[in-house]
Amino acid sequence: MERLGILKTYKIYIGGKFPRTESGRYYSPKNASGEALANICLSSRKDLRNAVVAARSAFGGWAERAAFNRSQIVYRIAEMLEGRRAQFLEELMKQGSTKQQAEKEINLSIDRIVYYAGWCDKYQQIFSTVNPVSSSHFNFSAMEPTGVVGVIAPEEGSLIGLVSTIIPIIAGGNTVVCLASEKLPLCAITFAEVLQTSDVPGGVVNILTGNEKELLEHFGSHMDINALCYAGASEDHLTQLNKLSTGNLKRIRNFEANCMDESSQSPYFIQDYQEVKTTWHPIENIGGSTSTY
Amino acid sequence: MKSSASKKLNIPDFRFTPTIDKVGVEERVARIQSRSIKKESKVEGMKMALNMIDLTTLEGKDTPGKVKQLCYKAQHLHDHYPDLPTVAAVCVYPSMVKTAKKALGNSGIKVASVSTAFPSGQAPRNIKLDDTKFAVDQGADEIDMVISRGEFLAGNYDFVFDEIAAIKEACGQARLKVILETGELVTLDNVRRASEIAMYAGADFIKTSTGKIQPAATMQVTYTMLMAIKDYYDKTGIMVGMKPAGGISKSKLALHNLIMVKETVGDDWLDNEWFRFGASSLANDILMQLVKQQTGAYQSGDYFSID
Repeated sequence: MERLGILKTYKIYIGGKFPRTESGRYYSPKNASGEALANICLSSRKDLRNAVVAARSAFGGWAERAAFNRSQIVYRIAEMLEGRRAQFLEELMKQGSTKQQAEKEINLSIDRIVYYAGWCDKYQQIFSTVNPVSSSHFNFSAMEPTGVVGVIAPEEGSLIGLVSTIIPIIAGGNTVVCLASEKLPLCAITFAEVLQTSDVPGGVVNILTGNEKELLEHFGSHMDINALCYAGASEDHLTQLNKLSTGNLKRIRNFEANCMDESSQSPYFIQDYQEVKTTWHPIENIGGSTSTY
Repeated sequence: MKSSASKKLNIPDFRFTPTIDKVGVEERVARIQSRSIKKESKVEGMKMALNMIDLTTLEGKDTPGKVKQLCYKAQHLHDHYPDLPTVAAVCVYPSMVKTAKKALGNSGIKVASVSTAFPSGQAPRNIKLDDTKFAVDQGADEIDMVISRGEFLAGNYDFVFDEIAAIKEACGQARLKVILETGELVTLDNVRRASEIAMYAGADFIKTSTGKIQPAATMQVTYTMLMAIKDYYDKTGIMVGMKPAGGISKSKLALHNLIMVKETVGDDWLDNEWFRFGASSLANDILMQLVKQQTGAYQSGDYFSID
């Protein structure tokens, strides 16, 4: 007798757990040949609300981790992703990539995570400054994570799109609530499984699947989301987000880079979600010839 | 309001208190928690819940400054939102009663004080009485006492009864809330028994928990106590108040509690004279939900007062 295959149930990822959407709704995206990919959760605003609560409560602990430790954890994501290569390959091909394209995307994703793992304990030195002041103060500006960052992932690049947007944000100590690509959502939940098994504390990354237009208003107006990374394709949606975000003056960054291109990885994508804190510390002139330092 | 002092009561034998069907309670509570509440009722319900809060700080690290700040918050929950009620009372340790009383002035907000060697209750009776008298002398309007759980669990129901009655006498005009500390009583049968002992001994309110022990005010426990109040009222005609305390920090759970009150003891109890929430962070959650209903945007703790 022929064995029936067991199909995977794609759920969403909130606070380190995999609940179904509270709304009970789903949608079935199709690939180019009209084949249904899977039943995918159509997340509601309440799922977004729950994800923000999870991200907020994870923020303090994640931001306070030593940079070196964050680096180890991000590197661990790459290790786990490597181990799941076959699964991502299958999903990417199901969604319409050729084998060659899929392998390229997976390789690039792993390399990009390792790249940002390296930056975790280095961007501070690059972006922080010691500022010249004309008084007896040691004046320095240091980087601090912005807080909870919303990510609307690119429509193209089911895996590399998530990696390119999410990883620099968490490398900088922020926590993330991400809406995955609506038409290519399979890798998002498998990527969440990678995150869950790679020492990333629950709530640091939360991944929802669903419709961008439906959730846009709440991403924009939510007072507890401190910044947004918009990697979607709609100018109109970006304008809306900019208008909605005035309630708490969210920082909004438009991620336009082509994820398959070198230009889409840089420490500046970490800096985009950092706040600058400047401190004045009374001290004698540390650079002077009479300085005892 | 009916006074408990005016009637002669037939005190039952507490060894034969009715037992509780735990599965039945859980099913009933699950049904109550599945009620859907429409927006307008939700807003009204949340305002009602705000008005029933005993805003509480019971920490070893409490300072007069912290208590003054809490009292200010009690009177100005969120000044940007028009026509908000105040909370019902501020709940503090006896040493902070004077500070709270002064800070609240003539705002109408009551001062509740825990007493009787809160939270353990492990002290001799004369000390518990002195503790209570001190709080009353300092101006407390309400006294939250703890029962002797050790004596209760050892089966000394008379001891527990007499102690509550003695404290009630020491309270004078102050209303007495009796904390059962249900997390330490373990079974719902014990919760029911302790509720009856407290009510027959003269409690004006029965209260679930100190907030120091988990689990605290679960819906199951509150339901059991509300049914005890209902049965007591049916037998004696005396109304006793209910105060779930500890673990109620979300407005949704507060609304579920209000529904439960309405569907058990009825509308008469939907007033801060007869129902209270002992909570510290519930007020902010309700405020955030109210502003969410007003503006449509989910709110952030960054824009509300620190608890």
